[in-house]
Amino acid sequence: MAASAAASSTTTAAELRASRRRLVGDSLGIIVSASGFGLVLGLAYRAAGFSPIEVGAMGVFVFAGAAQFAAVGYVVGGLSWLGIILLTAFLNSRHFLYAAALAPYFAGASRPVRAVAAHLLTDEAFALAIAHFRRIGRLDTWGYFWGAFVATFIPWNVATIVGSLVGGQIPDPSRFGLDIVFPCAMAGLAVGLITGRREVVAAITGAVVAVAVSLAWDPAAGILAGGLIGPLAGLAMPGPKGADEPPLSPMPLGGEDER
Amino acid sequence: MSTALVGLALLMGLVTYPSRALPMLAPGLDRLPPLLLAYLRLVGPAVLAALAAVAVAVVLDADRNPSFHVGVEWLAVAACVLIVIRWRNLLAGLVAGALLVAVLRAAGIVPLP
Repeated sequence: MAASAAASSTTTAAELRASRRRLVGDSLGIIVSASGFGLVLGLAYRAAGFSPIEVGAMGVFVFAGAAQFAAVGYVVGGLSWLGIILLTAFLNSRHFLYAAALAPYFAGASRPVRAVAAHLLTDEAFALAIAHFRRIGRLDTWGYFWGAFVATFIPWNVATIVGSLVGGQIPDPSRFGLDIVFPCAMAGLAVGLITGRREVVAAITGAVVAVAVSLAWDPAAGILAGGLIGPLAGLAMPGPKGADEPPLSPMPLGGEDER
Repeated sequence: MSTALVGLALLMGLVTYPSRALPMLAPGLDRLPPLLLAYLRLVGPAVLAALAAVAVAVVLDADRNPSFHVGVEWLAVAACVLIVIRWRNLLAGLVAGALLVAVLRAAGIVPLP
């Protein structure tokens, strides 16, 4: 009995280590992407006349790339603070979905941990965390803060401030193809979450709905609509306990050596 | 050094935080109905696919008007996805996607965005 428990514990620890290695590997692309676009945002801040303190405040308090980019345009365009705040709330409303999807994993975490984790929740943090938690089947606080803080918050904010200070000496990240890292990472991590027909349908529907609503209205609304409607379409498919569940295996990321 | 926009940043953060925190801090997270849990399990693939699709298929002009876009970005994402499916290695997929785009742009085959 004790030997069995010890073996189970060892297996769990080994799985956790393997999943953390994959998390760290996956996060390398996120670090590069966040750094590249942090620099570009810093340039935009500099051109718009933001001071380094204001740049830092945006990164620390808002910490949401799309909203920060949009705010530069709003400030330069002379939009009122009220308008900027309302648009920011709308742009960032998709985070509600991320938080809801991660919430069951955080159910056993302390309120301070959940409160801090919530502030660090971004597209990138969600993508890394949900893949990691799904692999290990539970919360890993270290893993969450690695993806949210080490791989996203630090590079994003450092690069943004550096960009605002250094200015035009920075080459355009798109020359190196870095603008493609974000969509590639999101698509790759989505594929990694696919374990059955429901996920496939949810992903395809989410993408189609998101593009359609984006074209008809606004990209922020499109992403939110895709994230809301995609899972509904997925639920319409037979569940995993059905006899016709497709023979798709879970797809861990990080290299064949750990399959 | 100006600090005039620090207050704006704080307010933007304040309106962002509830959407991030309410589901995480709400009580009863461990007693969600199975159907809701099944729904939430599908949010990940749906929203990540939505983010990727919008990033490559929708572009905004200077007035933030959206339009449909087909370009080398589609090839890069497809290459990344194929590598992830075949070799289950995201980093290799990201490098391949970025390299593909960088080479095609450097060769002048596709323009810079």
